[in-house]
Amino acid sequence: MDAELIGSLTIFALAVFLGFELISRVPTLLHTPLMSGTNAISGIIVVGAILVAGSSDSRLEQTLAFVALVLATINVVGGFLVTDRMLEMFRRRGAEGDE
Amino acid sequence: MVAFAFSENTVNLAYVFAAVCFVFGIKMLSSPTTARWGNRVSAAGMLVAVAFTLTLAEVDRYWLVAAGLALGAVLGAPAARLVKMTAMPQMVALLNGAGGGAAALVASAEFHRLAPLPGDLPADTLVASLASALIGGVTLSGSIVAFAKLQELVSGRPVTFQHQQAANAAVLAVALLCAVAAGLTEERFWVVPLVGAALVFGVLFVIPIGGADMPVVIAVLNAFSGLSGVAAGFVLDNNALIIGGTLVGASGTLLTLLMARAMGRSVANVVFGAFGQVAVAPGTAATVDGAVRATTPDDVAVMLAYAKRVVIVPGYGLAVAQAQHDVRKLADELERRRVDVRYAIHPVAGRMPGHMNVLLAEANVPYDQLYEMDRINPEFEQVDVALVVGANDVTNPAARNEPGSPIYGMPILDVDHAKSVVVLKRSMNPGFAGIDNPLYADPKTAMLFGDAKVSVAALVDAVKSV
Repeated sequence: MDAELIGSLTIFALAVFLGFELISRVPTLLHTPLMSGTNAISGIIVVGAILVAGSSDSRLEQTLAFVALVLATINVVGGFLVTDRMLEMFRRRGAEGDE
Repeated sequence: MVAFAFSENTVNLAYVFAAVCFVFGIKMLSSPTTARWGNRVSAAGMLVAVAFTLTLAEVDRYWLVAAGLALGAVLGAPAARLVKMTAMPQMVALLNGAGGGAAALVASAEFHRLAPLPGDLPADTLVASLASALIGGVTLSGSIVAFAKLQELVSGRPVTFQHQQAANAAVLAVALLCAVAAGLTEERFWVVPLVGAALVFGVLFVIPIGGADMPVVIAVLNAFSGLSGVAAGFVLDNNALIIGGTLVGASGTLLTLLMARAMGRSVANVVFGAFGQVAVAPGTAATVDGAVRATTPDDVAVMLAYAKRVVIVPGYGLAVAQAQHDVRKLADELERRRVDVRYAIHPVAGRMPGHMNVLLAEANVPYDQLYEMDRINPEFEQVDVALVVGANDVTNPAARNEPGSPIYGMPILDVDHAKSVVVLKRSMNPGFAGIDNPLYADPKTAMLFGDAKVSVAALVDAVKSV
């Protein structure tokens, strides 16, 4: 096992704990936007797709990565926008926009 | 093409920044007042990660990258803008599938690039790339089936056949064998049957799960899409991917457990429940026959107008009838008469975790009127009228006191503790679980039959003229 892998595993283990801590604090009220918002975050695979699509010399790899890039961008753009649209609707009593 | 290129270290620092943004963004989701900015903080992190990746010296095929980004944005943005709030589960299913598919493709491309290199690949890279291809493939096809079911392109009913579990196990075994073969031989070819088997398994995994259990399925697929991202992060040694994917995996896992608990079932039961399902003999437990009391909008209006506290219990039937706005008008009318109005939201009231809150928020219901189950249940005894609109199983007292009932053990809203109950219902058909609801035969319950939207509109008029 090389040092890089140990480092990655450390980060992974800490992120698991942090993830469960953070998510368990999100109220059920916001679980749908939580889901679509984290979903957009999983679109971070877009950076992997950019790396492969932008640097590979193989036609096949470029094609695979290009499709991945399109899918990941849909995930990112669609996810963040739809989450924003939902969160905009949550208003407190008497707040502006509340006819 | 660009005049400058940041070093790999600088780009890795940008990824750390992105990861911190994701963590902060989710932290800000813990309150509805900061949630919107939280989402923007996450998005900003993403933008930084993408922008810095583009500056890497090895990324030089800009036209291809730009075309991919543009095409993705052109497809994603209008979908996000136009999708109906009732269709949010389908949208999230598709987005899960896109993320999982992207991870599977990136992992496959990496395997294709790395496999023929001289020398053995590090074991972790091998395992991670094959795992990413496998989980990503399952997520992609499973999400498409979930989408088709939710969109009612195919029947929402469980699809079962003989020896289904054996067939599923066999397909999964084929996928795993292909992965082992790919790992041992480092032959590119093996990825093709691996992904193929993963796609087939994704379909088989979701088809036996019924429409009512879709909230759990979406949460499971959400977790999978995160995990496939984590695996891809290990392949690319990319910490932003590992952290981002893990946060999503944690979110999907927690929501899965929460949804299963809200249905009073184990995750295994939801996922494998359709197999060997025991048919519920109709009318064995609590039969509701002629004993229900029908009422009229005028009578209900009087009850509501002179009540001190009214709790509205919305179910998915309300969303199907598009009655959210009418319900809100009714609540406005009652509040004008100084009635305290609250909404009791069961965790599985909609088609995905938290769905009902979004649907009511869209109808301009203020979120401080939305009460989750654990918060509202102790208060039902002081409630004058509980108004049940399009909800059934989540109000069924049999879940609490009849061990023989198929929904026994499922946490419910204690509507029957209220002083009186009014149920708006199209007809006496039983709910999702196909069982009778003794609440309807309770002497303090009155039934207002008809389409929810029509009934609520009639109530609004009737309350106005009380």
